[in-house]
Amino acid sequence: MKILVCISHVPDTTSKINFTDDNTQFDTNGVQFVINPNDEFGLTRAMWFKEKQNASVDVVTVGGAEVEPTLRKALAIGADQAIRVDTPAVDGYAVAKELADVVKNGGYDLVIAGRESIDYNGGMVPGMVAAMTGASFVNTCIALEIEGSSATVTREIDGGKETVTASLPLVIGGQKGLVEESDLRIPNMRGIMMARKKPLDVKASVNASSETNSVSFEKPEPKGAVTLVDADNLDKLVELLHNEAKVI
Amino acid sequence: MSVLVYTESEDGAFKKTAYEVASYAKGIADKMGTDVAAIAFHATDAGELGTYGVSKLHNVKDAKLEKFNAGAYADSIAQAAKAVDAKVIVISSSANAKYLGSLLSVHLDAGYVSNVVELPSSTDPFTVKRSVFTNKAFSNTQISTDRKLIGLSKNAFGLKESATDCAVEDFAPSLNDDDFKVEVQSVDKATDKVTIADAEIVVSAGRGMKGPENWGMIEELADVLGAATACSKPVSDMGWRPHGEHVGQTGKPVASNLYIAIGISGAIQHLAGVSSSKVKVVINNDAEAPFFKAADYGVVGDAFEVVPALIEKLKAFKAANA
Ligand SMILES: Cc1cc2nc3c(=O)[nH]c(=O)nc-3n(C[C@H](O)[C@H](O)[C@H](O)COP(=O)(O)OP(=O)(O)OC[C@H]3O[C@@H](n4cnc5c(N)ncnc54)[C@H](O)[C@@H]3O)c2cc1C
Ligand SMILES: Nc1ncnc2c1ncn2[C@@H]1O[C@H](COP(=O)(O)O)[C@@H](O)[C@H]1O
Repeated sequence: MKILVCISHVPDTTSKINFTDDNTQFDTNGVQFVINPNDEFGLTRAMWFKEKQNASVDVVTVGGAEVEPTLRKALAIGADQAIRVDTPAVDGYAVAKELADVVKNGGYDLVIAGRESIDYNGGMVPGMVAAMTGASFVNTCIALEIEGSSATVTREIDGGKETVTASLPLVIGGQKGLVEESDLRIPNMRGIMMARKKPLDVKASVNASSETNSVSFEKPEPKGAVTLVDADNLDKLVELLHNEAKVI
Repeated sequence: MSVLVYTESEDGAFKKTAYEVASYAKGIADKMGTDVAAIAFHATDAGELGTYGVSKLHNVKDAKLEKFNAGAYADSIAQAAKAVDAKVIVISSSANAKYLGSLLSVHLDAGYVSNVVELPSSTDPFTVKRSVFTNKAFSNTQISTDRKLIGLSKNAFGLKESATDCAVEDFAPSLNDDDFKVEVQSVDKATDKVTIADAEIVVSAGRGMKGPENWGMIEELADVLGAATACSKPVSDMGWRPHGEHVGQTGKPVASNLYIAIGISGAIQHLAGVSSSKVKVVINNDAEAPFFKAADYGVVGDAFEVVPALIEKLKAFKAANA
């Protein structure tokens, strides 16, 4: 089985979000970049298929040279080889077009992506890749088993979960649950050394055009001060929620 | 050339998000000088769609589409969009809508923007405001394709009445095997609980509760308020509560009217995921807890005393206002 894990290179969750160039560009100054958390769960699950079912695992990111340390980290965790599609990630559609080309040429059986990236939060790339390549698609996956050419997937739904079956090729949008938090892998010294020798191919872009583009950013209005209510005076809280906030 | 909305229903009845997307679509239709058409699956009546500005409901009754299926629903919505020549299609941000949105976008060659929070600031070029960086910022995004797909954020636009006569018509999409590549085998869903996605009020608790045995009061508070229960990430990681209750940047987003956080410190990742809730109440025994800076109302005190007392006050309030 050939697996491709799509990795989005995103600011660490503690990053301060600021913009430059008249609020048109994300300010990367002082920002640490990491593997998108949803993709990290998928990558760890892919390692299980590699170890238990002999799968090969490639990782791919669409982006400039600045994403390479993130791909190296994925190699250190255990992926066999990395692909960087050499073009800036403009929107979900253009990224999906680039990834669909990688998927078609690589003949992958299983594409593991994340439910959403924590920077753009589009939640659109995996489904678009599936639609563009004619693969089955399951989103918000919290468990994945493969037997031959068929997959059994558990998907989170509002208020519960649902088990579905689908045949390969399959694209999933994964999240926490695919593996437990405690099973996430941190690259060790040996992995880091090995990662240096693993292939990281830079692939030319197919020059996919985008369908949307961000023209400017804004920050939310600063929040007003909190109204404190004494613990002995909870009637006041009930009154405020009813008459002032009008939420009860 | 209508604006098309996908109005979600459950057991035949429309969900609140259906009226929200209808209200929003009516706002766009007014700007563009057109009307709003809806597509629904197995809706038992047109409900209040007309109240929120929908002129025509295309109701799909195909037996194979009784249960949600992203592939088949996306194909059906695409066919309806073509039938009414929709240039703008509006869907919600529910898990199911997000699931089918990306498929629909490719079927229709429609540029897709999700998590939209306002009406377009301009329809030419078509520009909408969406939240990015898990609610830490907004982006004004232009869509350059002829057809546009908008995913509306929950609770961002609200309900706006605009009484219209709503005609109902059966709609029979032509489906193929490819639409059913993913087959549902079993569904495991608590039917007696309010879900975080649908809840107007969410009661959430963190590590300050000390252990899972203390969640009785959290559930009781939720019960009194008709709220859903949620928790911080470590609480679900430790198995005190199910993963489905984990909210925040890496868990479920919360966009309720009221969010009550008990014994939760207010880490940046937690706040990011809950900040689009309208009103936030924090109960914490540490006056320095960062969550107070993000809250509207706060009580500095021991949850083990404050929560039971609050339950009593709310019961009394409900009895008086019944
Ligand atoms: C990549 C990444 C992603 C993350 N994603 C998320 C996410 O999506 N959601 C999330 O929640 N977290 C997330 N976290 C974790 C986050 O950083 C915090 O660790 C977590 O939110 C803390 O949970 P907590 O507030 O329950 O616990 P704590 O931080 O331990 O806070 C407990 C609070 O309870 C209060 N308390 C104690 N006793 C009482 C009492 N008797 N009465 C009242 N109050 C009391 C304390 O004063 C304290 O403020 C993420 C972390 C990382 C690194
Ligand atoms: N630039 C990218 N390169 C590779 N994969 C990506 C990229 N952007 C997004 N993805 C994948 O698509 C998922 C959803 O991203 P998004 O649609 O941006 O929310 C991510 O979790 C990744 O798996």
